[in-house]
Amino acid sequence: MSEIAMTTAENDVVLTVEGLRVELDPSGADIDDEVTLSIRKGEVLGLVGESASGKTTAATALLDHERRGARIGGGKIMVEGRDILALKPNELRRVRGGLISYVPQDPSMSLNPALRIQTQLVEILEAHGFGASAAEREKRLEEMMEEVLLPSDAAFRRRYPHQLSGGQQQRVALAMAFACRPAVIVLDEPTTGLDVTTQAHVLRTVRDLTQTYSVAALYVTHDLAVVANLADRIAVMYAGRLVEVGPKEALFGGACHPYTRKLLEAIPDLNGEHALRGIPGRAPVPGRRPEGCFFAARCDDVEDQCRAGFPPYDGPGEDHRVRCFRWREVEARPMFADRPLRMAAGPACATEEDALVTVRGVRVFYGSHEILHGIDTTVCSRRCIALVGESGSGKTTLARAIAGIHPGKIEGDILFKGRRLERDSRSRPKESRQQLQYIFQSPYGSLNPRKTIGQILSQPLKEFFRLSRDDMEKRMGDALELVALDATLLSKYPDQLSGGERQRVAIARALAAEPSVLICDEVTSSLDVSVQATIIELLAGLIEETGVGMIFVTHHLPLVRSIAQDVAVMSAGNIVEFGPVGDVLSDPQADYTKKLLADTPTI
Amino acid sequence: MSVIPQDAQEIIPGADELLPEPRPGGAHRRREWVDIIRGSLRFGRTKVGLVIVVAIVALALIGPYVAPHSPYATGVAPDYAGPSARAWLGTDYIGHDVFSRILCGGRTVIGLSVVATVLAMILGTALGLLAGYSRPAVDDVIMRLLDVLLAFPSIVFVLLLVALLGNSLGLIVLAVAITHAPRIARVARGATLEIVGRDFVRASEALGVPRRKILAGEILPNITSPLLVEFGLRLTYSIGLIAALSFLGFGMQPPAADWGLMIHENQMALAVQPYAVFVPVFLIALLTIGTNLVTDGVSRALIGIDRDTGAK
Repeated sequence: MSEIAMTTAENDVVLTVEGLRVELDPSGADIDDEVTLSIRKGEVLGLVGESASGKTTAATALLDHERRGARIGGGKIMVEGRDILALKPNELRRVRGGLISYVPQDPSMSLNPALRIQTQLVEILEAHGFGASAAEREKRLEEMMEEVLLPSDAAFRRRYPHQLSGGQQQRVALAMAFACRPAVIVLDEPTTGLDVTTQAHVLRTVRDLTQTYSVAALYVTHDLAVVANLADRIAVMYAGRLVEVGPKEALFGGACHPYTRKLLEAIPDLNGEHALRGIPGRAPVPGRRPEGCFFAARCDDVEDQCRAGFPPYDGPGEDHRVRCFRWREVEARPMFADRPLRMAAGPACATEEDALVTVRGVRVFYGSHEILHGIDTTVCSRRCIALVGESGSGKTTLARAIAGIHPGKIEGDILFKGRRLERDSRSRPKESRQQLQYIFQSPYGSLNPRKTIGQILSQPLKEFFRLSRDDMEKRMGDALELVALDATLLSKYPDQLSGGERQRVAIARALAAEPSVLICDEVTSSLDVSVQATIIELLAGLIEETGVGMIFVTHHLPLVRSIAQDVAVMSAGNIVEFGPVGDVLSDPQADYTKKLLADTPTI
Repeated sequence: MSVIPQDAQEIIPGADELLPEPRPGGAHRRREWVDIIRGSLRFGRTKVGLVIVVAIVALALIGPYVAPHSPYATGVAPDYAGPSARAWLGTDYIGHDVFSRILCGGRTVIGLSVVATVLAMILGTALGLLAGYSRPAVDDVIMRLLDVLLAFPSIVFVLLLVALLGNSLGLIVLAVAITHAPRIARVARGATLEIVGRDFVRASEALGVPRRKILAGEILPNITSPLLVEFGLRLTYSIGLIAALSFLGFGMQPPAADWGLMIHENQMALAVQPYAVFVPVFLIALLTIGTNLVTDGVSRALIGIDRDTGAK
C-alpha cells in the first residue's frame, strides 16, 4: 500500500494518504476505505466521483475533519512529514488554514454575511500569526486580492459578501485559503453553481496560484471535464474506494478501470465525436456494499473473482494504479467504442403553418422589469431546438412563458398550431394544455412526495382523457415503458426512486398527456453524468419514436450536440445566435457564443 | 429495521435520494405523520403524556357505568359531608355524591373540546391553504380579517358571542372553534407557503388542475405534520377554555355533572369540602398537561431533536 508513497518520496511529495477509512458513527459502515494517494508540490490532483461516492467526506478528512455522523476509522495522513491524525486539538487548529486549507463548495454559505471581506481575510492572517505587524498584514492582504484577480482598493475590501458576485465570493474564499501560503489546499467543487465563464476564471486562478506557490492541491469534483483542463493527475472514486489513480493523459488516453471508461463515455463531448452512453444501475451505499468489487453489479467485464474480493491496487505503472482484476484486458480495448450519433430528425419547417409553436416578438416581464426583449423562434415536429445560455439569460423564462406558467406579463404572440395562446395555462384551451408539456429541472421538486407514481401519472390522464380504470392502468404502463421503467413502480413513492428514475417518471407524466411538444428545462442538471447520459439517450429516442417537437433548455453547451438540431444562444434576454447545431458549434458567429465555447471545459 | 444504517442518510448528501430499494416494512414517507408519531414515542414525555391522557379519557368514558350512585341523586349523605364509606369523596352542596359526579363529569369537557378543536382545524386549515395559495390579494384579505379576530383574547371573544347569541352548547363549541381558527390558519398558511413554490404545484397548474384539487391533493398532504402539532396545542387550549366557560356558568347547566361546573358549584365550601373542587381542578390540569406533553413530544420528533442531548 505504501509503494506509491515511497516511489514518489523523492519528487517533493507534500501530502500522502494511506489507507484512510471514514465510517458512519454508530454503525461503523464504511463511507470511504483504503484511500491511498499522494500529491506533489505544485500538482493538482482531481478527485472525481458521482454524488454520494464519498469524495467530499474523504477530502474533508484530510483536515482531520469528521462530518456529522462520521468518524475517521483509520489510516494515515502525512503533510510535510507531520501526522495530521495524531495532532492535538490546538495543534490541529494551527495546521488548518495554515498548513492545509479548504475551499468549500458554496462561498455564499462559507463567508460570514455580517463581516466585511477585509475583516474576514485579516482574521485568517491574525489567527495564524502571519506577518509581524498590522502594516505587514495589510500589505499581504493587498497582495492576496491581486493574486485572485480582485480589485485591491480599500473600497472593494470594505464590501460585504452579498455585495459580490458568486465568482467574486469564490475568489475571496480562494484568497482566504491561500492567505497563509499553505502546503496543501483542498478544493471542494468550488465552481459548482457558477456560470461557465466565471468557472473558467476561477479555474485559471486556481491553476496559477498552485503553480506559483508550489501548493499541492486536491480538487474534488463530479465533472471530469473540469479536471481535464486543470488537474495533473486524476483519482476516480467509486462507492468510497479509489478505483483508478493516474496521470491525466494516461486516464483520458487509456483508462484501465471499466468504471472510468464508462464515466468518460457518459460525458457529452463538445465536438460531437462520441455518442453518449449512460451507466445503468446505482452505486451501493454504505452498509449495503457487497463482498468483492463494488462495481461488479454494473460492470460488463465481471467474472467470478470480482465477486469474491475487492481487487488490490495494481496497474500499468507506479504512477497509474487501478483496482480491477481485468485491467489488462480493459486497457487493451480502444477507448470510446464508436457509435453513430442519433440525428434522425425531421426536416425544418418549411412554412409557418408547419410549425407547432411559433414565438413572435415576445417580450416577457417580471413585474415592470423586462426580461426578454422580443424573441422569435419556432418549434417543429420531430426536431429539437436547444435554448442555451448562462444563468439570467432568460432561457427558462422563455420556456415557462411558452408553457403558460410564467407569472408575469407577456407581450407579443405565442402561437400553438396557428392559434394565439393566453398567458396563463389555465385560461388556455384544453388541447394546447395537453399538447404542450413541460418537464422541470429537478425531479426532487417536481414530484409530489405524498403521491404514488400511479397517482402522479394519473393526473394528466384524468385531466385530459375520459378513461376507464383498466385503460388508465394500461396508459400509465405504456408511459412508463416509453421511459424504460417497470409498471411495478406505480405503487411506489418518489422517495423510493433514484434521481434518474424520478426524472424518468417526470418525463412519463409529460408523455402520458400525449403531447406534440415537450419543453425540457435543464432536465439533467441535477443528475450525475452517468444518469444524464441515459436521460439524453431517452429523450433523443422519444423524438424519433413519438415525433414530438422539443425545446431543450440547458446551460451546458456540450449536451446540445447530443440532442438538438437547432440551437438558439441566449444572452441577457435576447437570442444572439441561431442556427443548426453543427454550424453554430463549429463556426460560431456571435462573440458571445465564441466566448461561451472557449470557456466550456472539454476533455 | 432498515438494512441501511440510519446515519447513512444524514451524513451523505443525496444518500437519501439514492436509496436503492424500498424501505422495509412498507412504512414509507407517504404518511409522514405516522412516522412522526412513532418517532415521538421515543421520548419519555410522550409516553407519560399518553398514559395520563389515556387514563383520564378512560375514566371519563367508563366512569358513568361504574359510578356507585347516580350523579343526580341528592341526599346520598348530608350536604357538604366529608368522605365516608357511602360517599367516598363526600357530598356536595345539595348532597350529590362527589365521586360519582367526578366519574360522570369528564365526558362533556373532553367531548366538547375535541369537537371544537376539530371544527377549528377544518376552518383554519381551509383558510390558511387558501390564503397561502392565493397571494397576494386573497391572502391579504383573509389574514387581515383573521388578525382582527386575533386581537380579542379568546375568553373575552367567547363570552362576547355567548352573551350576544345566547347560551347553548353548539354556540360554545362554535365560538371556541372560531377563536382557534386564526391561529391554525397562520400555521397552515406558513406551511403552505413553503409548498406552493415547489415545482409539483407548478406542474399541476400547467396541466390545468382546478384550484381546490391542488389545495386538497397536492398541498394538504404535505402540511399534515405541522397541523398535527397544532391540533395537540389547540386541544390543550380548548380543554382549558371549555372548562373555564363551565366554571363561569356558561355551557353545562346544573344539575348536570361537569368538572368545570363542579368547581363553580362548590367553590364556596372550599374549606369544608375541598374534594368537590380540587379533584376536578386536578383532573382538568392533568389532562391539559397530558395533551401538552404528547404535543411536545410530537413536535420534537417533527424537528428531529435528539432524545438525550436535547440538541438539534
